[in-house]
Amino acid sequence: MSKSPEVKLVNVPSPNFVPEKDLGKPLVLEAAHLGIDFGGLVAVDEFNIGIGATEICGLIGPNGAGKTTIFNLLTKVYEPTRGTIMIGGKDTHNMTPVQVNQLGIARTFQNIRLFDKLTVEENVKIGLHNHMGYHTLAGVFRLPNYWKEEKKAHERALELLDIFGMADLAGVRADSLPYGAQRRLEIVRALATGPKLLLLDEPAAGMNPSETEELMNNIRKIRDEFQIAVLLIEHDMNLVMGICESIVVLNFGRIIAKGTPSQIQGNPQVIEAYLGTHRG
Amino acid sequence: MSITKKASAASKKSFINYGIVIIFYIVFQILVSTGNITSALKGQLIPIACYMIMAVSLNLVVGISGELSLGHAGFMSVGAFTAVIVSAAMGDASNPARLVVSIVIGALLAGLAGFLIGIPVLRLNGDYLAIVTLAFGEIIKNILNCLYVGIDEKGIHIAFNNPDAMGMSATGKTVINGPMGAVGISKISTFTSAVVLLILVLIVIQNLVNSRTGRAIMAIRDNRIAAESMGISPMKYKMLAFTLSASMAGAAGAVYALNYSTLVPKKFDFNTSILVLVFVVLGGIGSMTGSLIAAGVLVVLPELLRKFSDYRMLVYAIVLILVMLVTNNEKLKGRMDIFAKKMRMKVSKGGKK
Repeated sequence: MSKSPEVKLVNVPSPNFVPEKDLGKPLVLEAAHLGIDFGGLVAVDEFNIGIGATEICGLIGPNGAGKTTIFNLLTKVYEPTRGTIMIGGKDTHNMTPVQVNQLGIARTFQNIRLFDKLTVEENVKIGLHNHMGYHTLAGVFRLPNYWKEEKKAHERALELLDIFGMADLAGVRADSLPYGAQRRLEIVRALATGPKLLLLDEPAAGMNPSETEELMNNIRKIRDEFQIAVLLIEHDMNLVMGICESIVVLNFGRIIAKGTPSQIQGNPQVIEAYLGTHRG
Repeated sequence: MSITKKASAASKKSFINYGIVIIFYIVFQILVSTGNITSALKGQLIPIACYMIMAVSLNLVVGISGELSLGHAGFMSVGAFTAVIVSAAMGDASNPARLVVSIVIGALLAGLAGFLIGIPVLRLNGDYLAIVTLAFGEIIKNILNCLYVGIDEKGIHIAFNNPDAMGMSATGKTVINGPMGAVGISKISTFTSAVVLLILVLIVIQNLVNSRTGRAIMAIRDNRIAAESMGISPMKYKMLAFTLSASMAGAAGAVYALNYSTLVPKKFDFNTSILVLVFVVLGGIGSMTGSLIAAGVLVVLPELLRKFSDYRMLVYAIVLILVMLVTNNEKLKGRMDIFAKKMRMKVSKGGKK
């Protein structure tokens, strides 16, 4: 597997750090003291994270650690019980998922959520929805603006699909795609909304090693081309250690370690969380 | 490579539907002008077109927006009775003008009713729309049952429960007479106007579906959570689809009402709502072509079966069951899929060359 060169992490006004290259640029995401309770169960507590403008950050942890819950908090599927989430410097208190998306967060889902009965291209065009500037009436009466914007969206959709080499699948129904392609389509669709931060929930799940390798290259390519940040949940350690610049490890809803891939690999607490303690 | 191809595929589907409507119109116009049609069936022509509008507009809610509405006849009755009042109030104007104004105002009021219902209900997930529209249909029927409207030289008089409370002058004319319904309607709607309205409705729905807005509506249907995370507000687009559908039902109601000399509120009860839903389900949820054909066939069928009088509803039920069996047959579906795939392969191969 090709590895990204390891970057140096520098401390920013605590409790977070970002890659050196992103120093001086505003953070895309800053969450402080984030927590949520479901009834009496504390699902996430004291979650702090800061993500630099073009950082690729990994969120790992054993099953049930609360990783997807954090994604749901960041995208406001759940309203947090405690703490604040700042996106691009704006507090997202009481915002809806729609508003958060317009601030620049887009995500994929662990259990794929495509628009099944629509074509691949239509799925991407729905991602482009808020970038298409024609009114409903222009659509109904087929005014010139409709044709112009639809043509633009069509070209843009094919361009985005081409990142993953899926342009020739544009006319296929989303639910007839193979599993891996569905995952890739979700990423393209999220990218189409024009995010500053892309949240990927297990993007490599169900992919074989060569597909995973390709995915890694594509995530890196997306970051470089669009100059966006990526936060990803993944169990595939080759992928996580290969492309993430920083890693946050979660266990039982709390952060147990943060750092560069090599720091995390050597962290005894992380090894304990994944493998259990050694009994003498 | 494929924008023209795709656009033409979508518009081909649309044009098939316009074609069906135009052929339906021409065939029946010829039958009428050559006198080869029973008077009973001739009387059904405008209702058939109206039920087609009802089916297509309900399909916008059920098929495209993915919500269940059980009170579509309620919106039809709002449009119908509004149109009766408007056309009576415009007594002196020319017939086409009266018809057009009646349709527009009927559609607006029905749309308003849909909008008001949508505000609380469409915020919720689940089958609440079905429950509330079911109640709405019954409520509107009962309100119309005790509504009295009359017109005299001073203007429109409205009363509930008591016709004398209208306080009309001696020369006044009662337009809506409680449980007796609308009376003395001038029959101003024509088959042509009904078909024109049907084509307009089809144009609006089909163009909407193939636009940014339609995609947003279908995205919410397919996956609400994903749609929200793409920055699409479910409330806004569900509301748009539901209100539009209600106003189209209102327009259909207006044309329908102005085809009869009397019309009782009971005509628009739960059975009518279900009948329209049957058109949509049998025609295939989401398929406008299916809705058109199902509405046409199922309105004409009882008329054709009149000879069997006693067994009429029995045969009707058997036909319904047969259609359901055929359309849900796995083997048959598999065959159809294979056929469709082959056709698609042929098309794409032809395109690449």
